[in-house]
Amino acid sequence: MNTLSADSQFHRQLILVNGLLPAALLVFDGWRGSLGANPVEFVTRTTGVVALFFLLLALAVTPLRQLYGWTWLLKQRRLLGLYAFFYALAHLWTYILGDRGGQLSTIAADIARRPFITLGMLSFACMVPLALTSSQAMIKQLGPKRWRQLHRLTYVVAIGGVIHYAMIVKSDLTYPALFAMVLTLLLGYRLRQVWQRG
Amino acid sequence: MDGPSDPLSPEITPEETFLNRRFFLKAGIWAGSTLATAGLYQTFKPAPAVKNTGREIGTVAEPPLPGAIAVGETPNRFEDIAGYNNFYEFSTNKSAVASRAQSLQTTPWTLQVGGLVEHPLSLSLEDILGFEAVQRIYRFRCVEGWSMVIPWVGFPLAKLLSLAVPTDQATHVAFESYYDRQQMPHSLFAGIAFPYLEGLRLDEALHPLTLMATGLYGKTLPNQNGAPVRLVVPWKYGFKSIKSVVKITLTDHQPTTTWNRANAREYGFYSNVNPTVNHPRWSQAYERRIGETDLRPTLMFNGYADQVAHLYTGMNLRQNF
Repeated sequence: MNTLSADSQFHRQLILVNGLLPAALLVFDGWRGSLGANPVEFVTRTTGVVALFFLLLALAVTPLRQLYGWTWLLKQRRLLGLYAFFYALAHLWTYILGDRGGQLSTIAADIARRPFITLGMLSFACMVPLALTSSQAMIKQLGPKRWRQLHRLTYVVAIGGVIHYAMIVKSDLTYPALFAMVLTLLLGYRLRQVWQRG
Repeated sequence: MDGPSDPLSPEITPEETFLNRRFFLKAGIWAGSTLATAGLYQTFKPAPAVKNTGREIGTVAEPPLPGAIAVGETPNRFEDIAGYNNFYEFSTNKSAVASRAQSLQTTPWTLQVGGLVEHPLSLSLEDILGFEAVQRIYRFRCVEGWSMVIPWVGFPLAKLLSLAVPTDQATHVAFESYYDRQQMPHSLFAGIAFPYLEGLRLDEALHPLTLMATGLYGKTLPNQNGAPVRLVVPWKYGFKSIKSVVKITLTDHQPTTTWNRANAREYGFYSNVNPTVNHPRWSQAYERRIGETDLRPTLMFNGYADQVAHLYTGMNLRQNF
């Protein structure tokens, strides 16, 4: 008889379902026409925020494991990261197809001239190698040490993502500030460890 | 044999009860986590409660005025006009404004007209609604890149100013919104200072298209749209069209305006709709008409160039953005 904290199948199902839920709700609301007056804006904002949410959850795994002994979380970390990638991809596609209407020339101009778009694109680009190497086989192929080093890029992605969010709001920084606070705590925890070790 | 390993010992939970408890624990975690996720989603998407509950306003026909009724445009749905609002005193989330703004008290109301005028005015809500009202169908372009077509009801600002009689020294008009922190507790998170301030040059204020709106779709304004009376300047970005006005002051200098004070690099005093001058963070060349999927090219002066371009002859619109 295993305990609940050892029931990794349950954890996986829990994260799978809760991770899909925002996407399902978006699709459902889209189907019944209740995404509000500006659906493109709402979907863009929601997918972006959910992506940041999963990024921070993935980054919280190690501190939670070490502080509270929740070792079971480690097995779910790659799934959390993949969800962050999934929502970031949805965010990007909403921007390309919805916001820019698929006009590639205006997208290129945006990347070149709008720093917050540039930053968003760069952060997304950093996620691609992480998503591609998220399989068990890739961990083996790279070796766990190199894999972990590569996946520290997650911090870069999260920093870029939070700044990207802060740069688009007009004046109300409440949400970006909340994300920034959590990210600072997570990053601070890891940096303190590095200093204490070295 | 009497010990802790005794399966018959009463302290040991029978396997059946244990599994049962496990089942309920899991069910509880399932319910709790999915509710929390769905709830979090909902906080980003507050349901706007929008019904047109305003009182009817009678309008009179006016002599033909170019630009008064946008040609070939279909007005947006009432629920979009009244469900998607920028009113930072209540929320910075456009779909949350409608429900939050229900706390705004619009009776009694006083609109003061003063400063450099011969006859300062103090108008009650009855006085304001007593002005002969006309219907105007204007394009409305937000600085954020979306637009609507709105059937306003109201009276020209020029009419109000003609009663107050600006003095010869008057060159500008300053506007101030109602502000009460008790009624607007979320204004603390807006990131801009209140009361909200706006301003126009006197000739802009006297332009026949510049409207003091008291209603839309034939009925008094919903709170979220700036009840009971707001400014509408159709050739400028929406934030110039200040809501819930309590004070109009004629001045001899360019007045302070909220967004210009908050970020002068991004929001100029004039803020005329101009597809060739981009916002520092995004393009203004295109706009998303609410209710449409494709982008539309933004028109110079929001399509009112024939009516207002003469106000700006000889001005560098890139510098005076």
